[in-house]
Amino acid sequence: MILALEYHRSPARYLAAARLPGRLRSAAVPSLAPLRLTNRPVPSMPGPGWVRLRTILSGICGSDLAMAAGKVSPYLGPLTSMPFVPGHEVLAELMDDVRMDDGTDLRAGTRVVIDPVLPCRARGTGPCPSCASGHENRCDHVNAGRISAGLQTGFCADTGGGWSERLVAHRSQLHRVPDALPSERAVLAEPLACAVRSVRRIDVPRGTSIVVVGAGTVGLLTVLALRELTPAGPITVIARHPGQRRRAIALGATETIAPQAALRGLRRITGGSLVRPELGPGYLLGGADIVVECTGGEGLDTALRLVRGGGTVLLSGMPGKPADLTPAWFRELNIVGSYASRGADDFGAALDLASHDALAGFVDSVYPLTRWRDALSHALSAGRSGSVKIAFDPRNGDRYAQNGDSAEPAALPAHTRSTTTSASTTTSTSDTASTGDTDHLDREGADG
Amino acid sequence: MSRPGLVLEVDERTPPLLVHEGEGFRLERFPLGTRVIYPPDSLPGIRDVNRRIEDALLNPLGSEPLPELLHSGMRLTIVFDDLSLPLPPMQAPDVRQRVIEQVLEMAANAGVDDVELLAGNALHRRMTPAEIKHIVGERVFNSFWPDRLRNHDAEDRDNLTSLGQTRHGEDVEINSRAAQSDLIVYVNITLVAMSGGAKSVSVGLASYKSLRHHHNVHTLRHSRSFNDPPNSAMHHSYERMHSLLSESVRVFHIECTVNNDVFPSPFQFLNKREWEWTLKDQAKFLAGKRANDLAPAGARHRVWQNMRAPYGVTGVHAGATDLVHEKTLGNVHRQQLTEVQGQSDVLMLGLPYLCPYNVNSVMNPILVYSLGLGYYFNMYKNKPLVREGGALIMYHPMKAEFHPLHHPSYIDFYEEVLTQTIDPATIETKFEEQYATDPWYIHLYRNSYAYHGVHPFYMWYWGAHALSHLGDVICVGADRRVASRFGFRAASTLADALEMAGETVGRSPSLTYLHTPPMTLADVR
Repeated sequence: MILALEYHRSPARYLAAARLPGRLRSAAVPSLAPLRLTNRPVPSMPGPGWVRLRTILSGICGSDLAMAAGKVSPYLGPLTSMPFVPGHEVLAELMDDVRMDDGTDLRAGTRVVIDPVLPCRARGTGPCPSCASGHENRCDHVNAGRISAGLQTGFCADTGGGWSERLVAHRSQLHRVPDALPSERAVLAEPLACAVRSVRRIDVPRGTSIVVVGAGTVGLLTVLALRELTPAGPITVIARHPGQRRRAIALGATETIAPQAALRGLRRITGGSLVRPELGPGYLLGGADIVVECTGGEGLDTALRLVRGGGTVLLSGMPGKPADLTPAWFRELNIVGSYASRGADDFGAALDLASHDALAGFVDSVYPLTRWRDALSHALSAGRSGSVKIAFDPRNGDRYAQNGDSAEPAALPAHTRSTTTSASTTTSTSDTASTGDTDHLDREGADG
Repeated sequence: MSRPGLVLEVDERTPPLLVHEGEGFRLERFPLGTRVIYPPDSLPGIRDVNRRIEDALLNPLGSEPLPELLHSGMRLTIVFDDLSLPLPPMQAPDVRQRVIEQVLEMAANAGVDDVELLAGNALHRRMTPAEIKHIVGERVFNSFWPDRLRNHDAEDRDNLTSLGQTRHGEDVEINSRAAQSDLIVYVNITLVAMSGGAKSVSVGLASYKSLRHHHNVHTLRHSRSFNDPPNSAMHHSYERMHSLLSESVRVFHIECTVNNDVFPSPFQFLNKREWEWTLKDQAKFLAGKRANDLAPAGARHRVWQNMRAPYGVTGVHAGATDLVHEKTLGNVHRQQLTEVQGQSDVLMLGLPYLCPYNVNSVMNPILVYSLGLGYYFNMYKNKPLVREGGALIMYHPMKAEFHPLHHPSYIDFYEEVLTQTIDPATIETKFEEQYATDPWYIHLYRNSYAYHGVHPFYMWYWGAHALSHLGDVICVGADRRVASRFGFRAASTLADALEMAGETVGRSPSLTYLHTPPMTLADVR
């Protein structure tokens, strides 16, 4: 049995979390979300080519938070299988030796990051047209094959996820981590690969003006990818919090603007004029060549209002709110989606970028699974509190310093230190009954 | 006979004194020994204004009578000051209406057909038809609007004429209609010594290309003060420009002055010295303050903005610009000048709800800054009321509120420029050109009711002299974030402000309170 944080079907909790006002979200979502800490069997090996992994670190992604907060589009419902263990930003170590598709051998204990996409190769089906063309992130078989439906590891009932002690992955998902790369950097590989994929989805001619809407993990890493991998011109970041603004500049942004000043500020930068309808927010006639939506929220509506006629809106974050598409029609906009990554190329670039100096301190808080509520609450208020990426260490989150950037175990962060010695358990019988053994639930903070 | 200005020294018997603070006011008890500067009592207005106007037009200074300058077939352009004068706007009929009507009557008698009227609004916002109608009156408005009565457009390149450069290399570019007229009749109201004279045509009908020669940091820092034209580099520039344009086009100047009756009934007591308030006045104050404090912000704003002043006209002079303006300045001084002995460590100002650029609009924080450190600080002759390195304490809520229609570039100036620097010279070098040539601001200036993109810069330069002169600026009752953005400090009370000022001027500073409005010009000896 392994300790795991499990997402289970609970429409009541899902809807209750979804209806929380924004101000209460960080405090109340962890209690209302359909998540529970539980013991569950070690995931079984689905078939040949699959390997066992022991999680080292697993990040909390914006999409995980959206799921916990009931903000995910029902479109994705059929592409998950419940109950599942979230966590698709995974740094793990191999528990077995494995021979990769290219013939290289990885020994047990090797640190790897996983590409969470579960395409035809992992599912043992014949290649769908997308996989055959090399676009495994567009796989048509994500609900077929030898494993249950699941768009990614972390949304599939059979593979486990990063928010547990163990999981399984297909060898095609594995990317070896350079020995010199600290774990706190390596765990950024997956979101970095997504950022790399984003900027490779579009043509960025030299000098192109770009706006990045949102300065959470996705937004900041997108700025880095744009600056390092493209000849982009001025990059303006719409960032809510001072810490985000500082980091955006350090990563290569030319300018940052507060959301409430976005329209006017961007008009000053890109020229054009600002139009204010009688109802609803204003928009620019003029604007940036490319706007990258990285909020997963109302950022899409903002992006559509900031981009120039004929420009491109790139959806990098998971869209969570409806938007008025009138500008897309009236301004002949290109709306481009970017989902996950395209495997080895993107992960290779991501692992290179992960050592960038400006990423120091990105993973600034690591929690044990037993403090999952604190971790989620912290992640939900990360921008306000000056944090970027919060991660779980299912083995022992206490090993990592709050601001550490070293692979070595470091001093205990205050917030984890304070609770590891206490013991109180409140387990909801109804929530755990279906998941089997609960003998480890006497760990602090574990509940239903 | 009106009483002259007064410098009161606060003693035990001095009652609390009136202090304006935006759309509100309070009674403040100033420390013993504080000097309080009051303007002369309001001068009596001329009883028969129409007759005085006629007399001025028929017996002008340094010019033939107006009828002799008018003849059939000529091109006549009448230019008048926009809504930035007077403050508050005048109760109807505006004296400009009376003047314009007589000029038009004389033109009609002379058979002049080609007559146009232009508002000398320079880079100010266009006036609405209703605002123009208030100034020129219904008859004139109905006869000329919109084809032959309009706002000056400083960005209409096709209708601007360059008249050359002064010997200092200053471009003189004015409205083509005026430049190509046989005669410009300029109808002015001079409220403070800064206005009128050579400024009228050379500024009111100019373009940015022309204005930038005197509306800049260097000139403003060397205008000490700009209410004392002989000592104002800005006015020297106006005079050079006016001299040049006078070679191309004849200007017949008509200037009017008004008294200090700025508050209509039932607020007339606000013009009185506090110890002369009757019981009825005191009751009115208490009721007025209570009602004002309790009123919803929108209603309060409307009440203040709808205030129209029952000015009396104290003078109408016509003829050659210099001679006319000399008489005008005499009238202004007669109404506003108070002699003061020496400077003080601290100057205190109550800033009212209105400045030249928020008529029927919102007093945004940049305008508050400009009113305090620009207009009021410069209400002096000879030397500032506060010593170099002294402190300025000004009362105003100073909220970050803007009128998006009238002041779009102000919002960006506040959010973009002032977050980077407050140094006028840096702002001028780094940002002015961008804002002045921004096509969107130009579009809004020309087609909407927006001040020109460069206008907030001029407001900032207006305070450049004060910024370099003062050691500290403390704003009583102000929004702390706004004050902080300006490099100022906010205080809740006068006592706190004086405590804070103590760090700059010591524990026993000399204090001066400039009691205004109505306007007071201090002649500091």
